[in-house]
Amino acid sequence: MSEREIRTFSVNFGPQHPAAHGVLRLVLEMDGEVVERADPHIGLLHRGTEKLIEYRPYLQNIPYFDRLDYVSMMCQEHSYVLAVEKLLGITPPPRAQYIRVLFCEITRILNHLLNITTMALDIGAMTPLLWGFEQREKLMEFYEEVSGARMHANYFRFGGVNRDLPPGLEARIAEWCDQFEPFMDDLETLLTENRIFKQRTVDIGVVTAEQALAWGFSGPMLRASGIAWDLRKAQPYEVYEELDFDIPVGRHGDCYDRYLVRMQEMRESVRIIRQCLERMPEGPVRVPNHKVTPPSRHEMKRSMEALIHHFKLYTEGIHVPKGEVYVATENPKGEFGVYLVSDGTNRPYRCKIRSPGYVHLQALDMMCRGHQLADTVAIIGSLDIVFGEIDR
Amino acid sequence: MPTLDRIARTVLWQELVKGFALTFRYMFRPKVTLNYPYEKGPLSPRFRGEHALRRYPNGEERCIACKLCEAICPAQAITIEAERRADGSRRTTRYDIDMTKCIYCGFCEEACPVDAIVEGPNMEFAAETREELFYTKEKLLENGERWEAEIAARLEMDAPYR
Repeated sequence: MSEREIRTFSVNFGPQHPAAHGVLRLVLEMDGEVVERADPHIGLLHRGTEKLIEYRPYLQNIPYFDRLDYVSMMCQEHSYVLAVEKLLGITPPPRAQYIRVLFCEITRILNHLLNITTMALDIGAMTPLLWGFEQREKLMEFYEEVSGARMHANYFRFGGVNRDLPPGLEARIAEWCDQFEPFMDDLETLLTENRIFKQRTVDIGVVTAEQALAWGFSGPMLRASGIAWDLRKAQPYEVYEELDFDIPVGRHGDCYDRYLVRMQEMRESVRIIRQCLERMPEGPVRVPNHKVTPPSRHEMKRSMEALIHHFKLYTEGIHVPKGEVYVATENPKGEFGVYLVSDGTNRPYRCKIRSPGYVHLQALDMMCRGHQLADTVAIIGSLDIVFGEIDR
Repeated sequence: MPTLDRIARTVLWQELVKGFALTFRYMFRPKVTLNYPYEKGPLSPRFRGEHALRRYPNGEERCIACKLCEAICPAQAITIEAERRADGSRRTTRYDIDMTKCIYCGFCEEACPVDAIVEGPNMEFAAETREELFYTKEKLLENGERWEAEIAARLEMDAPYR
């Protein structure tokens, strides 16, 4: 027998691959059909957001947070806004808090619908995507009604939200909830028990609880591995403490469990939305402190003092007291944290963004090893990565 | 029995049949797609589309060149130059918006103390060249004239919330 050298075969997966979910460039070392090593190359969507934030007054940074993870827009604004509010030492009025929670949960459904349906598309099921996008369209209409934009909302403000809900929106959201639950059942009929879907996801990309903790997982990725950790319960912010909802937890940590956890989370989100609508108090949506929030236009056009506040806020912006703060919220993808350092001027001295997708992506190699090439697609789909937040 | 039940369901392709039956039922539901240029989805009065510079009912430009919009613009897409006019009032000599830089955040409209710059309901202003998207004062004022009726109605509808 002569000796033969066996070489692995390198495959470039992405950045133009439709299943790469954005601009992921994955260099796979293949032994036949089996992945020996997966090497994700990132940075193709780097825009220097953190640095840009240092050069802008606090208010102007909110749109940048929309554009990080461009499928969970308002949740990211939420982290940033909460961080600045913590430094300022203000709490938004109850109505604003309920509106924020309402829209964070709408965002969670938006995100999970996109993730589940595109993952199903990647492993061969096209119908869920078409149905899911109909629902997303309706949700984006709600986004548009409150903020004026279907995606990049720019709606949350320090000390509240930009504008109050337009008339009739609450009824329309309640109506949407009623038709969403039957839709979820339909979606589950197509996927949950389907043997092809199960063959592609069950026992694929298994992450044990220890591994999940060691790799710094959060959100549905961590919960699918069996750890009931949810920042909404662990360190409640806004009004989550008053709301009644459960945390779905998986058992096996495979792609199928991650799918199930996300499906159940959507149902929980609908529950939260219903409670928010029920309990929505009346009142202002912004703190009346005009050193932080601009006065209403009516006031601004009549009172000199209000006009001065308006001019100060839109040119110089707010001055945030010296200090540093880390605020994390439960984003659809996991723990999205904002670490802000303020030097007392009108711009952040430093802003570090902790994005969940970045942490999840680093475990891709561990998850893909020993699986087939086609399973890589399922694993990437279940990771729920969006490159806007990974590359920042 | 549960095992037998599961085997029976697997052999009879139960979940696949169910799925196909469901998609088949969906086929007879009313279509939800819109035939876009002829049919359009709803737009709220807050929609942030193409910019317009408005005039007062007497035809005078609203913009007083306070440059708040220029200051607040996160993308630095607005450029304003101003000087005193012959009648002594302060007006812009140049008001440019680079629509390729603009991120449609709506801050300019929020900041404007005289409701001069607004983001209107129009979102169909795609152009073939970059140059066409460098909007000048003339273009913005022309937009204002074209969309004034809609813009005024939108502003009035949204006034209690602003």
